[in-house]
Amino acid sequence: MILAVASGKGGTGKTSISVNLARVLGFPVQLLDCDVEEPNAHLFLRGALIGEEEINIAVPEIDATACSACDDCVNFCQFNALASFCSTPLVFPELCHGCGGCTLVCPRDAIREVDFRIGTIKTFVDQNITLKSGCLDVGVSLASALVNSVKSCLDKGVTAILDAPPGTACPAVATLRNVDFVVLVTDPTPFGLHDLKLAVDTVRELQLPFGVVINRVGIGDDRVTRFCTEENIPVLLEIPDDRRIAEAYSRGELIVEMLPEYRACFERLWQAITREAAKGGAR
Amino acid sequence: MKELIVISGKGGTGKTSITASFAMLAHRPVVADSDVDASDLHLVLSPKVREKHIFMSGHQAKIMEEVCCNCGVCLPVCRFGAILPPSPGDGNDTCRIDPTACEGCGACVHACPMDVIEFPERQCGEWMISDTVCGPMVHARLGVAVENSGKLVTTVRQQARRIAEEGDHPIIIVDGPPGIGCPVIASITGASHVLIVTEPSVSGEHDMERVLNLTRHFAIPTSVCVNKWDINAEMSERIEERAREAGAQVVSRIRYDPSVTWAQIQQRTVIETDSPCAEDIRRVWKELALQ
Repeated sequence: MILAVASGKGGTGKTSISVNLARVLGFPVQLLDCDVEEPNAHLFLRGALIGEEEINIAVPEIDATACSACDDCVNFCQFNALASFCSTPLVFPELCHGCGGCTLVCPRDAIREVDFRIGTIKTFVDQNITLKSGCLDVGVSLASALVNSVKSCLDKGVTAILDAPPGTACPAVATLRNVDFVVLVTDPTPFGLHDLKLAVDTVRELQLPFGVVINRVGIGDDRVTRFCTEENIPVLLEIPDDRRIAEAYSRGELIVEMLPEYRACFERLWQAITREAAKGGAR
Repeated sequence: MKELIVISGKGGTGKTSITASFAMLAHRPVVADSDVDASDLHLVLSPKVREKHIFMSGHQAKIMEEVCCNCGVCLPVCRFGAILPPSPGDGNDTCRIDPTACEGCGACVHACPMDVIEFPERQCGEWMISDTVCGPMVHARLGVAVENSGKLVTTVRQQARRIAEEGDHPIIIVDGPPGIGCPVIASITGASHVLIVTEPSVSGEHDMERVLNLTRHFAIPTSVCVNKWDINAEMSERIEERAREAGAQVVSRIRYDPSVTWAQIQQRTVIETDSPCAEDIRRVWKELALQ
């Protein structure tokens, strides 16, 4: 089972739910932090860092002696990563998406590809959890490329939980593509509801089965619950608004360890996920 | 003309509630929402849409399935896994493009020996100019599962600037996106001031440091505000210390206040209600000294 924990709105509790769920499972689980712009899952685990890998994309390097300044590559590039100055084009690697198209169009084979670092993937092991944490370099904009690298660490035979970035743009879509089930986390507020609807549109577009977790129940109104009922979306878990949870979270502590009465909640969540995934969930 | 961008690194720290209050406090602002894939500012400011524009950006490959000869040359060319091989079992006899995975690079278009891959412009969303009680507002909505959020952000900011210049508005207030990637970079480049709203948690601290590195990278004057500070006073202290060390201005804290959600439910900004934290927000606005 590959499970993604996502949300439209940020700060609804994706990471909290991912790490706490991973912990109560008890069996070996891979946790993939796909929120590569702001990875946080490692802050809640106490395990050792056992490895760090640099992630690069392939960007062009032009051999000035072979280049005829025909500008075919400049005209081809959709991302303005190559610019013409009446001589060998200049490369702007931070704009390059690494598609390799310029090497295909160059009539003189004057372009080779070199590595351009976009971030790292760190591996932590803590009890039953192996965490792969993607971390985008500051100033780099290619988050979805790094998300795809994090996902390539997936070991197919082992249960995986993917902590997704907020929103519904490319990095979130890259995280969600081809997972088996999506948990959408929201809070019962107007912002939470609005962004939940966007997230629901996105998972429906991707044709993925999904269910909803409502966090901090009690802080707002019941419109999220009503929306889920109307849309036939299973509510997998409701977590009450509990200041002790916010405080434990603020210190980087796991809810299921500091407030053991919540263990059963997360165990029930897993049962609900497996049940809904077997049924196909909402779509 | 000044342009304040409110960002946070971590999502859900209270950016939008604070930005909406600033929009009410500011004198003749233009308001913009550059969180284009999960925009919420309109839920509080209730804009009346005056103009709506389709946002076209980039291209998307599309295989003409009726003439594709299934040679498969395009398959290894695509580095984004966007070309799906034929699967006759599902009724798909030719290669197809997964539009949610297509990066719009055009490599397959170039590689196709039969010239049967089209490359039309892609509609990525829409942007609007609206009227609010605070003044004109530019906002947008990114399409579902599409690319180019950064370019839509740039469009929103350009339009806000144009309106501010034409109408002689002294300030633009922008509700920014979370994270540090493409839409954030597009939101802050060239801005006159950034406010980072964070929260006192290990995540808030970690994410603030990364986003502070980003504003430093672009050399933009930055202030930091700890929202919901009383959830963890010790952590609030630590975050402010880190922010100062990094050269940011630290402004007053904002207390944790459940009535912020009630303001949201009533579609009002926090400072229009009797929320205890309204005075904290007023103080922060004053300290930013943008007007």
